[in-house]
Amino acid sequence: MLCQECKEKKATVHVTSIINGKKTELYLCEECAQKKGEWGFAAEPLSLHNFISGFLGGLEPGIKPKTELPGISRCEKCGLTFEEFAQKGRFGCQECYEAFSSQLPAILKKVHGREEYRGKIPRRTGGVLRKKREIEDLRKAMEKSVKEEDFEKAAEIRDKIRELEKELEG
Amino acid sequence: MSLDKKIKKSQSEWMKGKGPMGDVVISTRLRLARNLADFPFPGRAEPGDLKEVRNRVEKVLEKLNYGLKILDLKEIPQLERKTLVERHLMSMNHAEDGPEKVLAVDEFEMISIMINEEDHMRIQVLFPGMQLEDGLRLINEIDDAIEEELVIAFNEKFGYLTSCPTNVGTGLRASVMVHLPGLKLAGRLGQTLQLISRLGMVVRGMYGEGSESQGDIFQISNQVTLGASEGETVENMVGIISKVVEQERQARQYLLKNREDEIRDQVQRAYGLLSHAYRMNTEEALGLLSDLKLGIELDLIKEVEPSILSQLMVLIRPAMLQRIMGQELESGLRDVKRAELIRKKLSGGESHVR
Repeated sequence: MLCQECKEKKATVHVTSIINGKKTELYLCEECAQKKGEWGFAAEPLSLHNFISGFLGGLEPGIKPKTELPGISRCEKCGLTFEEFAQKGRFGCQECYEAFSSQLPAILKKVHGREEYRGKIPRRTGGVLRKKREIEDLRKAMEKSVKEEDFEKAAEIRDKIRELEKELEG
Repeated sequence: MSLDKKIKKSQSEWMKGKGPMGDVVISTRLRLARNLADFPFPGRAEPGDLKEVRNRVEKVLEKLNYGLKILDLKEIPQLERKTLVERHLMSMNHAEDGPEKVLAVDEFEMISIMINEEDHMRIQVLFPGMQLEDGLRLINEIDDAIEEELVIAFNEKFGYLTSCPTNVGTGLRASVMVHLPGLKLAGRLGQTLQLISRLGMVVRGMYGEGSESQGDIFQISNQVTLGASEGETVENMVGIISKVVEQERQARQYLLKNREDEIRDQVQRAYGLLSHAYRMNTEEALGLLSDLKLGIELDLIKEVEPSILSQLMVLIRPAMLQRIMGQELESGLRDVKRAELIRKKLSGGESHVR
């Protein structure tokens, strides 16, 4: 069926309106439906962040993500409430990640399927993590050396690990 | 300035060059979302904050050795801003009026950095063909250089902190634009795209989120930014996209072997229409250009350069077209001018012949 408005494109939107008890039906193509404002979705294409508020609502059945929930009320730095975040799907500042941290792992897991960060570490702000990663890598290398019975090298790596651990504690 | 020169001046480097796997892959784009630690994200910042962010970032960018030109978007007319979107240098969102929005771009239009979009910084690199690894190397280099000078929002648990939770972690979105006419004609497109989505990739139209696919062109990008490192993300994509490219090539050979007359007819008709039509809308043009490009890659058409699709898919866009023609055009006249531009390009001078 062709669009009743432009009579050129295929009609893909079916609009039924009842005004004063009188029912009218319209078959429109997407473009004309958009022009006539008959198709609410068209204004903003659906994307992943639209679902975030859905995820949030679905965390604990029956409990709405209200500001009263303990520990997740609002971000003190920028004033964003958890409810606002749930609605917009956007954080206000970096502190929001701390403020809402009790709920975040569950949300991020739903968005990304995983929750632990494994990417690049900035030199300036990632010092501690950088060292932790380095220790992790060294441990693996040490195990490998042990397996290969290269104990001299393993001991060398062990010393390096100790050094880094000391730096972390200090 | 002649039309020829205006066309030439309107091309980014990625549109002209044929990159690796250029028979199927049009372009590779990577972007990193980054924020300064001491300021609210743009969506919640005061104009004063945004101004300070802008000043700090601009100062750093000016020092980098990439020859970045800094454009204050407030001073750029709406139509010109749209041409930047059509050339994939910035998002539609960034073209809208807003405080302290800036775009920094290099002369080859390979590197572009949006300031005060959804995040304080969106760093992008754009290459012809399949160049994910090189792209990652360059964008990392730029990111490192910026990080030398600015304190970036980062935390150990979640990685780089971004305005939207879908970007937190690496902040990396890698997108590869592919042309898949063979799979479509062979009836295998839906199946292939479905499989890609199941492997953690997102498939979208040419202009990203919410855009439709036209001209059998699709953008394939990574979905998640948490749980995989940048290197793993890119490696994974290289694997998947190489497979898609292989499938597309097989489909094309299959078509040539089994349905040659039909394909030849379709390709030559497209060439004929593109070379002679008087009026053409964007959608029709993209469909025909897709057919023409298929013909070039199958060696059924020899006199047209393979980059015709990468070039024209951008040049015929409404804002680009009006810029090239040097005047604002209402939609009916645009169709006439679009056809004129395509005819010109196809009949083109020596530089346009392979």
